[in-house]
Amino acid sequence: MRVTVHLPGLLRADAGGAAHVPVEVSDGTQLGGVLDELTTLHPGLDRRIRDEQGQLRRYVNVFVNGDECRAIGGLDAKVPEDADVRLLPSVAGG
Amino acid sequence: MTYLLVIGTRKGLFTARSEDRRTWRVDGPHRLDAADYASMSSVYAVGINPHSGRILAGAESSHFGPSVWYSDDQGATWHEPDKAPIAFPEDTDASFTRAWQFAFGDDADTVYAGVEPHALFRSGDGGLSFELDRALWDHPHHDDWFPGAGGGAIHTILPGLLASGGRAPDAMTVAMSTGGVYQTRDGGGSWKPANRGISAGFLPDEEPEYGQCVHKVAAAPDGVMYAQNHHGVYRSADPAGQGWTAIEKGLPTDFGFAMVTHPGRPTSVLNFPVVSQEVHLPPDNRLAVYRTDDAGDSWQAYVDGLPDDAYFGIVLRDGACTDGADVPGFYFGTRTGDVFAATDDEGTWHQVAAHLPDVLCVRATEV
Repeated sequence: MRVTVHLPGLLRADAGGAAHVPVEVSDGTQLGGVLDELTTLHPGLDRRIRDEQGQLRRYVNVFVNGDECRAIGGLDAKVPEDADVRLLPSVAGG
Repeated sequence: MTYLLVIGTRKGLFTARSEDRRTWRVDGPHRLDAADYASMSSVYAVGINPHSGRILAGAESSHFGPSVWYSDDQGATWHEPDKAPIAFPEDTDASFTRAWQFAFGDDADTVYAGVEPHALFRSGDGGLSFELDRALWDHPHHDDWFPGAGGGAIHTILPGLLASGGRAPDAMTVAMSTGGVYQTRDGGGSWKPANRGISAGFLPDEEPEYGQCVHKVAAAPDGVMYAQNHHGVYRSADPAGQGWTAIEKGLPTDFGFAMVTHPGRPTSVLNFPVVSQEVHLPPDNRLAVYRTDDAGDSWQAYVDGLPDDAYFGIVLRDGACTDGADVPGFYFGTRTGDVFAATDDEGTWHQVAAHLPDVLCVRATEV
């Protein structure tokens, strides 16, 4: 199945400038698997999104069809076919 | 001669250059990464490799995590290795939070990083990639080290120094908050605590074998070490053997974060007092540096040229340094964004920069 990952401006430099990255994954792949495939395509993104233990960085939000992933299972969240996966930096800092 | 001062702040990396150490040109925040978010990152650690001139900057983005950037052209351009330069192995179940200090070995390739959570990393390629010191990570005391208010980190690395009497290539001293001082004699293969005499008033046993909250250790050219503790200022020629001797008498407080030794005069040390663990302000709300010229037996205020009105910015652990020049310059930055330099032995301070974001670290060199 194909999903589309939307990148915020601050992360596009790590994806060759792309704002949207189409990702092909097997049916039933969870969010973590989508991020695995995304970061295989663009390795520089991985350390921005997840730490070295594979955990989402605290102030990186990932929305799956509009639902923030932490409310729907985190990296185990279901990702439907043709889903929009949107990465957004959280409101934080000063 | 040109002097370069690299300033890490809560919001990015700045540099200052001078021909005479009186007039400075300040640049920044520098663009570290292509997307420019790192220009707003907290730069807790800066190191200038004395062999190669490479500058390392440990920056931490609140959103996108920490990394290490480097510059081989005195800060004009910055680069980040393709692979995360510092990362904990999977079996540690730990994640790199931030670099607190870089230190350098006897060659251009050997670089050390003290990081949070409590760990020491070593690089053999000039700081492009690092490996965890396993012996220190697996030390039986590790589970008892805990974070202070600033975080749990190794913030002091003194390669080649174990005790006075000369350098030992396989020796190293590190300090951490909290945990105290540890030393190795075998290149990081094994580590022993070296805290005898340092108090830990926040623990039931006030003089434990380890667990002290040492804020900074600085080494004099004769190998004698000076430590600013959570409470207490100490001197030791032999931390693992004779232990530490209190030398805070004559200072306005026994609390603080930074210590800087004179690169050529063994008994001269700078200290930057802070009111207390509860009140992180300069004593009497006045910016003051204290200096000893007799190894801590007495201290004198060293304030000529500093603001004489109310002041509230303190100097953090790596917020002070020397350039190591023949006539050494001393530098410090404050949490209210001022940077000062003193380049004469009389101790007259001059302002290098004002109104920067809060200063976390400074490093200086001749270029």
